[in-house]
Amino acid sequence: MIKVGLMLIFFICCSTGGEIAMTHGMKQVGEPENFRPATLLWFLWKAARNSWVWLAAPLLAASFYSLLILLSWAPLSVVIPASAFNYVVGTFGAKYLLKEQVSVKRWMGVVMVCVGVALVLLTGQ
Amino acid sequence: MNQTQRLRIKTLLMVLLMVVCANLGDLMLKRGMLQIGAVQMSPAGIWHALLSTIHNGTIWLGILFLIGFTLCYMTAVSWADYSYVMPAGAFGYAVQTMLAVVVLHEAVNAQRWIGVVLIVTGVLLVGQTHPTTTGEKAVAQLEAVTPP
Repeated sequence: MIKVGLMLIFFICCSTGGEIAMTHGMKQVGEPENFRPATLLWFLWKAARNSWVWLAAPLLAASFYSLLILLSWAPLSVVIPASAFNYVVGTFGAKYLLKEQVSVKRWMGVVMVCVGVALVLLTGQ
Repeated sequence: MNQTQRLRIKTLLMVLLMVVCANLGDLMLKRGMLQIGAVQMSPAGIWHALLSTIHNGTIWLGILFLIGFTLCYMTAVSWADYSYVMPAGAFGYAVQTMLAVVVLHEAVNAQRWIGVVLIVTGVLLVGQTHPTTTGEKAVAQLEAVTPP
């Protein structure tokens, strides 16, 4: 059980950490001015040169493999609600690390999505 | 149409593209793996599966869609909040359920429908908030639309 708990923490940290690093990196890159092919290629080139984007890639890969390991260790009824909990942890990360302003309305939406995803995925087992 | 509405429509369109790419990518991978058949858990079986996936066009199409999803996600978070894009992307689960009912005529139980209603309501709530809340420009826009 401790092994599963530690792996769950590792999964959530890697998943949220990877997505937050990606968001931070892409904010540094800046949004494309338009959607012309040349502009998009330049946008991708800038993203490929950003160190935060490169930090995100291994973290997201680690989160994917830790989820696969978790699925082989624990029942879906444990893993799925925990992975849906990512939405709440991610929002905390966005608020405190990325300094996003999370309103009450957005919090309510995030919690509803979290519970909804857990319910939908649990019926698919 | 003011700047905030334009930003909201641009973000929601990008999230919609993310959802379409992710769902089509998953569908193509599933179809490709069905064409290959069950993977035998032995070194020779895994090697055979790897070679089969490399030579399977449907798998490559799935990978292309998933690359498309990643690029859309990267583009969306280049201007929108992570706490806005992430829950909005969960709309894909609701789309999957609707497709299962309409296209595959699958039976969906009450628990799943409750989940879909919660996701759609949650996404609508998040969608009503301002997509960008960081950076000087975004804060100025927020102050302009928020009553004191």
